[in-house]
Amino acid sequence: MTPTRKRRLYLFLSLFAGVSLAVAIAMYALQDNLLYFQSPSDVVSKQIASGEKFRLGGLVQRGTVKRDPQTLLASFDVTDGKQTIHVEYQGILPDLFAEGQGVIAHGRLTSDDHFVADDVLAKHDETYMAPEVADALERAGHPVKKKISDSEPPVTTTPDSSAG
Amino acid sequence: MLAELGQVTLVLALLLALLLAILPLWGSYNNNQQLQLLSRPLSYGVLGFIGLAFVLLTSAFISQDFSLQYVAQNSNSLLPVHYRISAVWGGHEGSLLLWCLVLAFWIAAVARFSNALPLQFLARVSAVLGMVAAAFLLFVLFTSNPFGRLLPMPVDGADLNPLLQDPGLIIHPPILYMGYVGMAVPFAFAIAALLGGRMETTWVRWCRPWTLSAWAFLTGGIALGSWWAYYELGWGGWWFWDPVENASFMPWLIGTALVHSLAVTEKRKVFQNWTLLLAITAFSLSLLGTFLVRSGALTSVHAFASDPTRGIFVLAMLGFFCGGALTLFALRAHTLKPESAIGLYSRETMLLLNNVFFAAATGMVLLGTLYPLLADALDLGKISVGPPYFGLLFTLLMVPVVLLIPLGPMTRWRQGDWSEIKAQARNMALAAAGLLLLLGLLLNPGGVRGWFGVAAGAWLMVGSGWYLLQHVRRQIGGLRRWQIGMAMAHFGVGVFVIGVSMVESGQIQKDLRMQVGDTATVGQHDYHFIASRNVQGPNYLAARGVFEVSRSGSDDIIAVMQPEKRRYAAGGSIMTDAAIDPGLTRDLYVALGEPLDDANPAQIWSVRIYTKPFVRWIWGGAILIVLGALLAASDRRYRKESVSVEQLARGRSAGATSSA
Amino acid sequence: MLKRLLPVMVFLALCVLLFAGLRMADDKDLIPSPLINKPAPAYNLPRLDADGMLGHADMLGQAYLLNVWASWCPGCRVEHEQITRIADSGVLPVIGLNYKDAEADAQRWLNHFGNPYSAIIVDLNGKTGIDFGVYGAPETFLIDADGVVRYKQVGILDQRTWETEMLPLIQSLPDQRQPQPAL
Repeated sequence: MTPTRKRRLYLFLSLFAGVSLAVAIAMYALQDNLLYFQSPSDVVSKQIASGEKFRLGGLVQRGTVKRDPQTLLASFDVTDGKQTIHVEYQGILPDLFAEGQGVIAHGRLTSDDHFVADDVLAKHDETYMAPEVADALERAGHPVKKKISDSEPPVTTTPDSSAG
Repeated sequence: MLAELGQVTLVLALLLALLLAILPLWGSYNNNQQLQLLSRPLSYGVLGFIGLAFVLLTSAFISQDFSLQYVAQNSNSLLPVHYRISAVWGGHEGSLLLWCLVLAFWIAAVARFSNALPLQFLARVSAVLGMVAAAFLLFVLFTSNPFGRLLPMPVDGADLNPLLQDPGLIIHPPILYMGYVGMAVPFAFAIAALLGGRMETTWVRWCRPWTLSAWAFLTGGIALGSWWAYYELGWGGWWFWDPVENASFMPWLIGTALVHSLAVTEKRKVFQNWTLLLAITAFSLSLLGTFLVRSGALTSVHAFASDPTRGIFVLAMLGFFCGGALTLFALRAHTLKPESAIGLYSRETMLLLNNVFFAAATGMVLLGTLYPLLADALDLGKISVGPPYFGLLFTLLMVPVVLLIPLGPMTRWRQGDWSEIKAQARNMALAAAGLLLLLGLLLNPGGVRGWFGVAAGAWLMVGSGWYLLQHVRRQIGGLRRWQIGMAMAHFGVGVFVIGVSMVESGQIQKDLRMQVGDTATVGQHDYHFIASRNVQGPNYLAARGVFEVSRSGSDDIIAVMQPEKRRYAAGGSIMTDAAIDPGLTRDLYVALGEPLDDANPAQIWSVRIYTKPFVRWIWGGAILIVLGALLAASDRRYRKESVSVEQLARGRSAGATSSA
Repeated sequence: MLKRLLPVMVFLALCVLLFAGLRMADDKDLIPSPLINKPAPAYNLPRLDADGMLGHADMLGQAYLLNVWASWCPGCRVEHEQITRIADSGVLPVIGLNYKDAEADAQRWLNHFGNPYSAIIVDLNGKTGIDFGVYGAPETFLIDADGVVRYKQVGILDQRTWETEMLPLIQSLPDQRQPQPAL
C-alpha cells in the first residue's frame, strides 16, 4: 500500500466513523423528538400513559371554551365526534383558535381524559384543517372531504358524482 | 380581453421555451452555428413574453378585474394599491408565474453576460434552462392558470390573506425565488458539462459567479422570510424548522457546499464529480421544496395552496430533471486524476470538511422533514418531528464548521504546514479571546450558551480580519473583490452566530393578563398599558393597545408601542400585529392576545411581551453574507476570458503523469 | 459505475416515498362520505321562517339542497351570494338548516343579508347535524327525490363546484319536479 493510499484509507475510515456517529446521533435525536398525533378516540382506545408527550388533534367542541378571568388559564374540549378530551392551556391562544375549528394541542395527559397543553396551534388559513385532524375526523366517521388551499375555496371531488 | 391576451402570451412563451430547449441543443450536436446562435434571441423572447404576461396580471390586479378568478380570490376593492401588486404573487398561480418570470430573468442574464463562454457550451446551458422554463410554463398553463375567468363576475374579491399584507412580503418572494430558481443555472452548467463529455473543469469557473449570486439571493430570501415570520406571525420566533422553511433551507445548505466545492474544483480540478453532483442536487432540492410546499403531502404551519394533482406534476418534473441528470451523471461522469495528492493539512481538506458537514446537515434536515411522510407510508402512525431534533443536530454539525472557517482560508493549497496552521490558530485564538473579553463586557451575554456563542462569533470575526490583514501585507495591488467578499461573508457568519446565541440564551418571553392602567416589568423594562382603543384601517378594524415603555426605575419613556389586533373586512380573519421597538442590542416586542373580559372587551387583554437581545444581528449577519457573496460574484476574474485554458491543460497532463 | 448509480437509486427511493405521500394526500380526498348514495337521516325540526315543523318525509318527491348555515359562521356570509343565486335560478329548492344558532341572531342575519331559502329548519342542539356528519358550517347536501344523499360539499359552495359538479348531477337525476309515480 502506497503512503497515499494508506492516508486515503485512513481518511475514508475516519469519514466512515464520523458518518456512522452522526447517523447514530441523528437517529437518537429523532427518536427523542418524535411527537405522535392522537385523536381523542385514540387517547381513549390506546391507553396512553399520562406524562407521555403527544399532539392531540380534533375540533374545539362548541360551548366548551372557558377562560379564567383572573389568569391566562383557558380550557376547552377537543372532540372527534366520538370521544372528547378536556384540555387546559396556560397562555395566549392563537388568532385562529375558535369554537368548532380544528386545533392541535401539544402536551400530555394528567388523567384519563384530562390533557394539559403547553402549546396550541391553529392554522394560518381559516379554511385550513391539518390533514391529521381531517384524517382523525374521518376515522371517527365525520369525513372532511375538501382540498385545502389558501388561494381557492374548498373544492369537493366525489367519485360518485360522475356515476350520479 | 387583457386576460385572454395574457393566456396567449404564456402560450407563446411556452413555444419559445420549447424552441430554446431544442434548437440550440440540436445545433450543438450538428455544429450548426446558426441554430446555436438562436439561444440568445430565444432567451430574450422567453423573458419578453413571460414579462408581458406578468405585467398583464399585475394590471388586472391594479384595475381590480374581479372577473379573473385569481384576482377575485386574492384581492379586494379595499386593498391598498401596493398590496394589490404584491397580491399578484400572493397565491399559488401568481407565485408560480413569478417563479417563471424569475427563471426567465436568469435565462436572459446567462445569455447576455456569457460572452466568454464557447458558443457550443452556451447553447447547451440555454437549452437546459429552456427545458426547465418549458416544464414550468406547462405547469402554469395546465394546473395553475392565473388567467382563468370567473363567471358570473363577483362584486368584490375575497381579499389577500392578511398575513401577506405586509411590506416584507412584497420583496420576500421575489428575492427568495431569485435564489431558488437561480439554482437552475449551476444545474444547467453541470448538465452542459456532462453533455459535452470532455470533462474540462473550465465550466466550473464560468459557473461560479452565477452560483454565488443565486446563493446570495437564496440567503437573502430566507433571511427576509425569517424576519417576516418574526414580526408578522405574532410569535416572536425567527425560525421554526417548519417543512416550508426546510424546503428553502435544504437547497441553501447544498448551495453552501456547492459554492465551496466549486472553489476547489476550479483551483485544483479535484472533486469534480462531487461538484457536479452538488449542482444537480441543489436544483433537485429546489424542485423538492416546490413539491413539498405545493402538493399537500406534508403538514406545514405555512398553509400554501396544496393540491395533489399539482404534486403529481412537480413530481414528474423532479423525476425528469433530477432523474435524467443523475442518469446522465452515472453514464458520463468519470474521474479526473487529481493534479497531485491532497495533503492532509491542505485547503482541499478544509473545503472537503465544509462539504461533508453541510451535506450531513442537508441529510439531517431532509430526514427530519420527510420522516413524517415515511412513518405515514409505513403506517407507524401520524408523527411530527419536533424542532429540538433539528436544533440539536444542526448546532452539533455547525460547531466544527465554525471552528474551521477561520482556518480554511489560512491553509495553503496542496500541502499546508501543520505547525504554521497551529501558530496562526494560536495567534487568532489569542486575538479572539481579547475580542471575547471586550464583547463580553459590552454585550453581557447571559448564560453559558450566550458566552459560547459570543466566543464563536469573536473567533469568526477575528479570522476574517486576520485573513484580510495577512493578504494586505503580502499582496501588491490591494485586495481582490472575492477576498473581501469571502472575509465579509465569514464575518457575517460571526455576527449571525452572536445574534442567535444571544437571543436563544437571553430572551425573556412573558404572557400576561393586563388591564388598562397596569404596569408590567419584563426584563429591564416597565410596560405601562395606558389605553386601548378601536381604529379603522383601510380594509380592517383593529383594537389597538397603547403601551409606554420605560427602563425600570426611570420615568423616561423610551418608546410608545401600539400593538393591534385586526379583523379584516372580507372573510373576517383575525390577525395580530405586534409592536416592535427595534434596537441594535435588543428588540422589545409587544403583542395583544385576546380580550379576556367579555363584559368589558377593551379593558382587559392577554398580552405577550418579549425582550429579544441582539435579534437584529441574525439578519445583520445574513445581510453581510449576501453582500459578501455578491461582491465575490462581481470579481473581475470571473468576467475575463478564461486566461488559463492552456495553463489548465498543461497542468492536467503534468498532473496525470506525476500521479500515474 | 455502480458507485455512480447510487445517487440515482437514492433518488428513485425518494421518488417512491414522495409518490406514496402524494397518494396519501389524495386518499384523504377520495374517501367518500358514508352518507353518499345512502338515504339521508330522518329529521323533523321546527321551522325558523314559519310556524310548524318540516321533516324528511315532507321533502320526499323532490330533489333539494340542504344548506347548513349559522350566523356565527363567516364562511356562510361568503357563501350567501352563491346560495341566493342558486335559489333564484329555480333549479331546485334550497332548505336552510340553521345549525347551533340563537334564533335572534339568525333572524338578524337573514334580515341583513336576505333570505334565499324556501324553508329554514332549526337544529338548536346540533343533533341532526351529528346525524348528517356535519363538522362545521357551511355544508351543503344534495338530496334527491327518494331522500338519498347524492352529493356533499364541505365548506363554501362556489360557482365552479355548483356548475361543474352539482348541476350535471342534478340534471342526471330523474325529473325532479314530477312526484315519483307510486307503484
